[in-house]
Amino acid sequence: MEVVSYRNVETFVQHIPEVTALGVWIKAIIILAVISAIAGFGTYVERKVLAFMQRRLGPMHVGPYGLLQIIADGIKLFTKEDIVPQNANRFIFMVAPVITAATAFIALAAVPVFPDFTIPEWIPVIGGTFVPSIASDLNVGILFVLGMMAAGLYGPLLAGMAQANKWGIIGAARTAIQFLSYEVVTGLSILAPIMIVGSLSFVDFNAAQAGGVANWLVWKQPVAFILFLIAGFAETNRTPFDLLEHEAEVVSGYATEYSGMRWGMFFIGEYANMITISVIAAIVFLGGYSTEGLGWLWIMLKIAFFFFLMLWVRAAWPHVRPDQLMWLCWKVLMPIAVINVVITGIVMMV
Amino acid sequence: MYEAIAFYLFSALTIGLFLITVMSKNVLYAMTSLAAGMVLISGFFFILGADFLGVVQLIVYVGAVMALYSFAMMFFDATRDIKEKNTPASLVFLLGGLSALVLVLMFAGPIHSEAIQALYPMHEGVGNAQDVGIVLFTKYLVPFEVAAVMLLVAMIAGIILAGKKMDQSLTKDTSVDDEDEILKQKDAK
Repeated sequence: MEVVSYRNVETFVQHIPEVTALGVWIKAIIILAVISAIAGFGTYVERKVLAFMQRRLGPMHVGPYGLLQIIADGIKLFTKEDIVPQNANRFIFMVAPVITAATAFIALAAVPVFPDFTIPEWIPVIGGTFVPSIASDLNVGILFVLGMMAAGLYGPLLAGMAQANKWGIIGAARTAIQFLSYEVVTGLSILAPIMIVGSLSFVDFNAAQAGGVANWLVWKQPVAFILFLIAGFAETNRTPFDLLEHEAEVVSGYATEYSGMRWGMFFIGEYANMITISVIAAIVFLGGYSTEGLGWLWIMLKIAFFFFLMLWVRAAWPHVRPDQLMWLCWKVLMPIAVINVVITGIVMMV
Repeated sequence: MYEAIAFYLFSALTIGLFLITVMSKNVLYAMTSLAAGMVLISGFFFILGADFLGVVQLIVYVGAVMALYSFAMMFFDATRDIKEKNTPASLVFLLGGLSALVLVLMFAGPIHSEAIQALYPMHEGVGNAQDVGIVLFTKYLVPFEVAAVMLLVAMIAGIILAGKKMDQSLTKDTSVDDEDEILKQKDAK
């Protein structure tokens, strides 16, 4: 296998103008606004896709094809009473949802979302500012995103411990084991592509796969791709691993006592994490984006595909039992991931 | 300018949060502030340009070590204050004096900053991760291997400690021997 270092990226990004602080601010606001909106729209898409797969119509009554349902839900979330239960630790209880939402958006700071552009000159104050595609182009972008998603564990965990509710604490304990266990699989599975590319930067990953479908890393690392997808489902709390707030067993898990916008923040964080996992999968395994022509449309389609895949799986599979979840992680996925890393290393050395 | 603002903000917040960790009687506050302080310490690494170490701090301390603490805390009632046992005054005096001495030495260190030289300076154009790797696999190879062996020992010990009851399934009904009997019992009900 060929070991190439793509460190010399100046040739790749030479036409990009200087990134200013104002540009980063604008980018941060765009990410916040658009991803929050997508999270809202995502609930509608999820309900519609699930409905069609189950031969129903889904939301139909509010607006054309139920499109205004998002606004109705939003009004409901914002105007609902913000309840803090009696014996709860008030401060931690109120902070916990903010941690989930904040870490999800901080993780998005290091991934390329939406194309870069320059604001037209005729707009006052901010005219002529270059807005980069990555808000913060770290050279260890992948590790940063994974680390930030790992820190997102504290949202559910503190929520469960602060709310003085048995369902809450069981849900929080499940969250802790599930996230901690599957982080291992995510990290190990993505290690093999990192070894091949020899960099932790998303830009280098993108450059390494330039030049068509044949260069995509998914062909070199199919096992890592499958493992990453499975672990990604577990880390974003999607079916078949949605045990954290499984209604039949633990009511709503860590979110049991939450209402209104604080519950909504958990939800937005979860959807933002879904988008982050989709972006990582698209860039690391499916070739990423291209800066020329309609390249950005392609990555949007790839991200949308992974988002759709999550809904598709939810419609197709029942969820697993907690002990099956742990069995799958430690006895199946982790050994495969380790073997994959070892084999990749041997092939690269020989 | 941004770096100075970030540094002073992070330092004030870190000290404040770690103070809460020490002072608070509520375990939940103590753990939350410790975890938040760990996140802010990774901020210092980012300010210094050591991206890789910052991310490692985030993953190891926030993602793994603190998560294990909090997992152990699940077994306590986290919403109640704990009664602290007061330590003897002489011990407090000794420990306080020692930490004051260490602080003075730490703050006095930069006076001799010209005498301090980096043994393994950063290479231009090489990433953080590569630089750490070069030092780790040349100069510190033996400590690295020892740490690896220690982790392996800890892992095997953990498996043996936890594995004694692994033959039994936690979810299966063991009061009856085979599945048919369970079904018969259900029918009888």
